Amino acid sequence: MLPVDAFTSLAGEAPALLPPLITFGGSVNWTVGFLTTAAIFAIAALALNVQWGYTGTINFGVVAFFGVGAYTSALLTLDAPGEFESYVGGLELAIPIGWVGGMVAGGVLALLVGLPTLRLRDDFLAIATIGIATILRSIANAQEGLVNRARGLNGIPRPLEGFANDMGVDYDLVLLVLTSGVLLMVFLVVRGATASPWGRVLRAIRENEATAQSVGKMTTSYRIQSFVLGGALMGLAGAIFAHRIGTIAPDSFDNLTTFLVWTMVIVGGSGNNRGVMLGALVVGFVWFGLPLIQEELPDFLGTRVFMLRRIAIGLLIIAFVLTRPQGLLGEEPRVSRFAPRGDGGGGLWPTGLWSRIRGQPGGGAA
Amino acid sequence: MDILQLVIVGMVVGSIIGLGAMGLTLTFGVLKFANFAHADLMTLGMYLAFFVIVDVGIVGGHVGPFSFGWGMIPAVLFAWGGVAAFTVGVDRFVFRPLRRRETDFLSIGIASLGVAIALQAVVQAIWGSAPLRYHSEIHRALTFAGGLKIKPDQILIIGLTLAMAVALYLLLHRTRLGTAMRATSDNAPLAEASGIDTERVRIATWVIASAMTAVAGVMFALQSQLRFDAGFEFLLLPMFAAVILGGIGNPWGALVGGLIVGISQELSTEWINTGFKPGVPFLLLILILIVRPRGLFGSETQWST
Amino acid sequence: MDALLDVHGLVKRFGGNYAVDGATFGVERGSITGMIGPNGAGKTTCFNCIAGSLVPDGGRVVYDGEDITGLPSYRVFRRGLTRTFQIPQELSAMTVLENLMVVPAEQAGERVVDSWLRPWRVAAQERSIAERAHEVLAEVDLTHEAQNYAGNLSGGQRKLLELARALMSEPGMILLDEPSAGVNPTLTRRLVEHIQGLRERFGITFFVIAHDMDFMQRLCERLIVMADGQVLVEGEPREVLENTEVQAAYLGSVTA
Repeated sequence: MLPVDAFTSLAGEAPALLPPLITFGGSVNWTVGFLTTAAIFAIAALALNVQWGYTGTINFGVVAFFGVGAYTSALLTLDAPGEFESYVGGLELAIPIGWVGGMVAGGVLALLVGLPTLRLRDDFLAIATIGIATILRSIANAQEGLVNRARGLNGIPRPLEGFANDMGVDYDLVLLVLTSGVLLMVFLVVRGATASPWGRVLRAIRENEATAQSVGKMTTSYRIQSFVLGGALMGLAGAIFAHRIGTIAPDSFDNLTTFLVWTMVIVGGSGNNRGVMLGALVVGFVWFGLPLIQEELPDFLGTRVFMLRRIAIGLLIIAFVLTRPQGLLGEEPRVSRFAPRGDGGGGLWPTGLWSRIRGQPGGGAA
Repeated sequence: MDILQLVIVGMVVGSIIGLGAMGLTLTFGVLKFANFAHADLMTLGMYLAFFVIVDVGIVGGHVGPFSFGWGMIPAVLFAWGGVAAFTVGVDRFVFRPLRRRETDFLSIGIASLGVAIALQAVVQAIWGSAPLRYHSEIHRALTFAGGLKIKPDQILIIGLTLAMAVALYLLLHRTRLGTAMRATSDNAPLAEASGIDTERVRIATWVIASAMTAVAGVMFALQSQLRFDAGFEFLLLPMFAAVILGGIGNPWGALVGGLIVGISQELSTEWINTGFKPGVPFLLLILILIVRPRGLFGSETQWST
Repeated sequence: MDALLDVHGLVKRFGGNYAVDGATFGVERGSITGMIGPNGAGKTTCFNCIAGSLVPDGGRVVYDGEDITGLPSYRVFRRGLTRTFQIPQELSAMTVLENLMVVPAEQAGERVVDSWLRPWRVAAQERSIAERAHEVLAEVDLTHEAQNYAGNLSGGQRKLLELARALMSEPGMILLDEPSAGVNPTLTRRLVEHIQGLRERFGITFFVIAHDMDFMQRLCERLIVMADGQVLVEGEPREVLENTEVQAAYLGSVTA
């Protein structure tokens, strides 16, 4: 098995995506790189928020959906395999088609895992998702002619590269703008779906599935819908990651990515879409920022900074579940943006907007 | 003969999974949440034994045909004590406050994930990332009729698992503590109303489960290696598959489930790519969830055997 | 008699025990009918079998002329037969208003595509659902709690919310499981008035389980007495309560 550079992982142990803070120019580069990474994580966090925050479905296989999206998009857009490569696909399709393909793949995987488990106890799905990432990773490593095994896929096309060259703009900046744009669209899609009667049924299922059933909701169908939407968006996040990094291998998709996305959702605020994006920023900063101060730390800690930050996120999860289960931004009492608010506002538009602009306390977070 | 050899290896692996799963199903039954840190508790156990044997240096020569010396006995006891102290401590400061607040069991599961992440990183920070062994000498296998090979350690693994299963049976069915544990598992409020101190029962459950967890961890290290990342990668899913196969809260079911998982995992390599092996417990899990979600031996009341 | 609900030979076993063992009874359209009986007589199991929370092992349940035996609860609900729970099952982390707004079936916005592509339609429907929810809240005196979390309500208010949720669906019949348990006497009296008023104005049929004899006597015009999974007697409250068999069944359960 060829060694695969650890930094090709999103949550990777060596943050090669993030050049060190040496000069001012370096810190700008670092910030641009970090924000791009945080935006990709934020998409995955929004996806997990649909599953866990709204529906109460546990998914410990985030990175599996992410990886399936990454591989699908890569295989759709790559050139046909070269002399020493063997993989399916290589269809040379346009990158947006690859991204859509990544979403579809994530959604299909969610359907396959969700159908047998989602009608059962909540914790059964959690248990079933533990192994998916490991299994897919070992299949990718073992099966010849599928995804080029541990050698990985190289030369995945990068979006808007020609555009950046023509315009003479820094490519990293173009990528940040593009990723942020996708994040904004995902946010609007997720908010549109969840701040609605659909999201209300999801929250009802999370609060008490028997009650939701007793008022005529087909809860299993809703749980599957929410799981598939989340899976598809995780696939999209993975696809963007693959095209940003250019090279992926099975070991790029380790469980750390899953844990990190979970920490972002728990810290930011389960059930609050803006909260989990904030969580991606804050937790991402701790995660990717800690190695920057490696030199400043005493030797014992400095050499173990990568373990240190894992201890940190483990403790963050425990601390938040214990002392602030609602996260930094708790969820709003109102689910559907069309429902009347406490301040008596009408129901048509995202009504909190005006009262927030005027600085009045709306029916904000508890 | 190849098949028989695979079955034997499967029984060894299955014993390890089964013993770990017995500890897991015990806490699942009494504490009512899925402990996602369970596999990392096994990791803690194997490394604590390593601390005694290698870091402190209590080797104790060689015991008969086994790969280890007398030092294994204090090492295992230390591992048990360490895992028990750790779990009781975590229960006191994390799980019990959540229980008191009547937090839903899913959130307690999420908290246990936090414990798993932190614990694994602590083990890695102390003992490093490279796989380790208790002893470096070659451990010879015994050859039986027909070319079957079994290592003495492996015979011990199967035997000790059975012995611990019998001990757990006697404890649950022949002692007051066992009765209290079964009562708490069945219906904690009712148990409390009948004068059982359920908090003490929970602590006792952690301590008893720790014995199986620590021993299973040491067995895993004997059979393969000490690996800090064994938990989420190799152990957790097979153990949960065993627990659900056997019915949640049913220790004998967990043991049988572990053997089923272990044997089918090893046998699968006869027909499919070894790389697909991790998928076998997953498929078993999905299968049982579709066909009989309460497990092979699970009934509407737990613990009934 | 015009029976809205007809239960015939209902059987439900748990393990080897018969929780309900061939119960046969009817509930007249527009009536308030009560079911009483000692603990373990099979009352709640009956309810669960009727409402689709449990699948009966035998017998037939006919609602409004149609066989609903063994239908899942969401389909029973859609036929206009709704229930409340003995222990209130409110959606704690949702507002009282949205606890009710979630109830109506076939909402446009419950399809995820509609909430993306046709928000104006969803908005219009939400306005009328919210209006209806406010009406129902006024009906049970919970208007002032509309924007409060359901989890913050008092025990009695939760009972009212259970009732409100059942009303929200414009049901033909409501199964009330222990509406008076754990409720103070003042609220109990108001509960009787609420239920009777709802029957008068909307013609809803009520089928009630409760332990509180006094409450049942005031509320119901007909009582069914269960014992050991079967119907012991059936009739007007006064005659039922004077029945010696009933007294024996209750005294038996007290001494047991």
